[in-house]
Amino acid sequence: MEHIVIIGNGISGVTAARHIRKNSDKKITLVSAETKYFFSRTALMYVYMGHMKFEHTQPYENWFWDKNRIDLKEGFVNNINTDEKKLIFADASTLNYDKLIIATGSKPNKFGWKGQDLEGVLGMYHKQDLENLEKHAPNNEVCKRAVIVGGGLIGIELAEMLRSRKIPVTFLVRETSFWNGVLPAQESEMINKHIKEHHIDLRLSTNLREIKSDENGKVKSIVIDETGEEIECNVVGLTAGVTPNIDFIKTSKINTKRGVLVNRFLETNIADVFAIGDCAEQHEAIGQRRTIEAVWYTGRMMGETVAQTICGNKTEYKPGHWFNSAKFLDIEYQTYGWVFSERTKQENESYFQWQHPTKNTCITISYNAASRQFLGINTFGIRMRHEIFDKWLSENKSIEHVLEFLSDANFDPEFYKLHESEIVAKFNQENNTNINLQKKSWKRIFTKA
Amino acid sequence: MKFIKNTGLVLFIIGLSIFTGSVFSGSFNLTQQELDTFIADKGYKSEIIKEELTEALVTTEPINIFEFSSKVTAAFETSNAYYDAQIKKYDAAKNWTKKSEQFTYKIFGKPHSLSYELAKKAGKGFTKENPGLSWLLTFGLGIIGALLFIIPNLILLGKPGIKNDGIFLESATNRGWIAWLVLIYLVTFYLVLYFMPDYVVNWTFIFDPISNFLNGGDASQWFVYGFLYCTIMLVMGARMYIKYRHNKYQIVRTTSVLFFQIVFAFLIPEIMTSLNMPGYDFKSAFPLDYDFFFEWNIASLKNSGGIGIFILVWGIILTLVIVPVMVYFFGKRWYCSWVCGCGGLAETLGDPYRQNSDKSLFSWKLERWIIHSVLLFSLLMTIVTLYCYFSGTSSFLGIKSQWIKDTYSFLIGAWFAGVIGTGFYPIFGNRVWCRFGCPLAAYLGFVQRFKSRFRITTNGGQCISCGNCSTYCEQGIDVRAYAQKGENIVRSSCVGCGICSAVCPRGVLKLENGPEEGRINPTEILLGNDVNLIDLLNKK
Repeated sequence: MEHIVIIGNGISGVTAARHIRKNSDKKITLVSAETKYFFSRTALMYVYMGHMKFEHTQPYENWFWDKNRIDLKEGFVNNINTDEKKLIFADASTLNYDKLIIATGSKPNKFGWKGQDLEGVLGMYHKQDLENLEKHAPNNEVCKRAVIVGGGLIGIELAEMLRSRKIPVTFLVRETSFWNGVLPAQESEMINKHIKEHHIDLRLSTNLREIKSDENGKVKSIVIDETGEEIECNVVGLTAGVTPNIDFIKTSKINTKRGVLVNRFLETNIADVFAIGDCAEQHEAIGQRRTIEAVWYTGRMMGETVAQTICGNKTEYKPGHWFNSAKFLDIEYQTYGWVFSERTKQENESYFQWQHPTKNTCITISYNAASRQFLGINTFGIRMRHEIFDKWLSENKSIEHVLEFLSDANFDPEFYKLHESEIVAKFNQENNTNINLQKKSWKRIFTKA
Repeated sequence: MKFIKNTGLVLFIIGLSIFTGSVFSGSFNLTQQELDTFIADKGYKSEIIKEELTEALVTTEPINIFEFSSKVTAAFETSNAYYDAQIKKYDAAKNWTKKSEQFTYKIFGKPHSLSYELAKKAGKGFTKENPGLSWLLTFGLGIIGALLFIIPNLILLGKPGIKNDGIFLESATNRGWIAWLVLIYLVTFYLVLYFMPDYVVNWTFIFDPISNFLNGGDASQWFVYGFLYCTIMLVMGARMYIKYRHNKYQIVRTTSVLFFQIVFAFLIPEIMTSLNMPGYDFKSAFPLDYDFFFEWNIASLKNSGGIGIFILVWGIILTLVIVPVMVYFFGKRWYCSWVCGCGGLAETLGDPYRQNSDKSLFSWKLERWIIHSVLLFSLLMTIVTLYCYFSGTSSFLGIKSQWIKDTYSFLIGAWFAGVIGTGFYPIFGNRVWCRFGCPLAAYLGFVQRFKSRFRITTNGGQCISCGNCSTYCEQGIDVRAYAQKGENIVRSSCVGCGICSAVCPRGVLKLENGPEEGRINPTEILLGNDVNLIDLLNKK
């Protein structure tokens, strides 16, 4: 029986294992150094905040793996010998494979800051980071202040976590406004404001110079590069992005750049070795996507795809239209298609924007100024239906079409106040158009393209 | 703010302590004349019970309620034991006339009920003499304290949004010692309420004036319970309004359950009683309302003229037509989390405990076995009852009508729905009864699962498997298991409380009523991947 070994039991590796099991009878081994059982990394924050217990982050009960004949092996892989098709573990034990899937995910970036390895300096990625945080920041007596370095999605989540235990937080963000490499200014500024409303000391255009140690090798303070200001703190969160977790592969014959290089079939340069998820790097970007995508659902999709290939249905990885979502403290964010920030968008991309006068609700629709083609939408405080936008993007609908049928796309809970008519009115006014907002229609919603 | 909250907590605990302590207050004794009137009213022929009760209760000595209860019980048992012996004796002597005569001397019913009725007449003391002041010291302090504890959350919880911080870090909500204390208190409360009403007769004195005002009679333990139920729902409803103030679905739904509890379950039946009509809760549907087809209920309705017949017809239409048709259009949520009293308590008092429901596959199996057994049990009981009612016999299929009714009332009506159903909130979650026991929920579940427009839609590929939805599902549904596969949630047990949708950080879930076609959508590959691959695999 063919033996499939998967290194990494995150969403990519687990999805691959599940789909290989669905489609075949092969022997499957899932290897992990982090935890025995799969858990949802995105939910670690809720454990610290007391919304959940760690067991709630595990999507499958412990009997699931046995029942589906997926062997779990705990161990840290030191080396891959592709000639002998063998993994060598840190404890010198070995494991042979017929096909290997590398799904080792990411690790937090460290940019060579002085003091970056001190006790009390942590990322927010692994289960061990959560345990570390619980140790160094159990409450605001032990942790009088925390400093977070890096203004991305993990940074704002870590800030929210610490605030849930009333720990004062200073948040250093390199950019002039929060996440403005991705978000248009309207939205980025709304989030800046929201961060401050949550009593987080947000420092924009601010870089870290060094982290200072006390006599015991623990964090004592940080120094800001621009001003030389020293801020006393007990915890430093490094959340300046992630990078593929592939150090152990560098000594093997598998080609790597920043990640493990793969073609569109997720194959590496070595036969029978595949890479999926955050650690995989495409030779060339797919559409406007990045060559490395550290997103939950792309990991899952690569797992679905590679399982097809391994089970004899050779399948190219073809992610559909871009979408994503996040939550910034109390504000939900969804995006479908491409909306680039002012800093990164092309000349022919135009915005239509609407913002609620008082609530934290706004949208940006990006469209081609010449052809009127709808390119993408960002919504804050409004939920949208994925299937509808996927369909509109596939059908190259115009922005006018999107606005006319916007009610079909709304996904807010029942009884919520809807803003479509205000949105369309603003568009009509700005563009001298006469779009008539159509009522929601189940028939249209469920008609497949 | 913290100070106000703590003050509230202290006041609440004082109110609760006085309420609990009042059980032990007062004294109980009767004059000979009071006792004689009571026995005459009751039509007891037994001389022994008269002697025993006279000796025990006709005194000027103060007796507390527990002594009182045991004295009554002793009298009750002495009398019945004597006549049981007589019956045996005449049975052995084959003296059938004498034997059957002895039965007329026996006292039927439960000793605690007899003791309750006597105590209601015999009680003296603080709550009896100062009902208004007693109300203020118990309910008044409790309500003010609870509100002082709850209302500062408007500011303390911060901006509107999901505020579940610390739920699993606190003893009260994470099955800690506080939760166990609350469980013990609630279980004891229900045991006393159902089986030892005489012990809490002092509570009924507090409510005599209110009861007289509403229905023209003194308060029973059920009046106290009804009033307490409404009060708790209102106060904890205020907590719901604050906690979910950003979520209009929760606001509307909470308003609806409060309205139906206070108006339909409490006020209308009380007013009907005052008008000499049978007090009826128009929203309570069979088989949750399990005694609707009991002989005494049918007889009472038939003897109540036009309104009685209307209730009889309404009750049947409610169960057979209105309930399933509404479930077809809106899902069982219209009943379970918008109208029902049990659901109403679960959604208000029980909301802090919703995360404690068990999500394992094992408990789902257990749930299906138990709830469907209860449904069968209730139907069997009703068939037996109705057969006996129309045929005039006392048993059917070898099952005695009285026995099966008593057994159901005891096991399901009292133990399961009350003692376990509510008592176990703090440890097993707030829908123990609705999930494992309610026969109406089982019936609605069939309709919801097989013929309904309701579903929880999963939003394409947005799910990140975080598990908030499953954690906060009071019915123990593993919502995430569906959402992470891109499948809609169509489950018979879902009561449509809408919390999964509220706690989802990525906007994945939406409760909605739509066309039946495509409601259940098994997927292998989720939306977002290669469109051709999705079609290929999902259609095969």
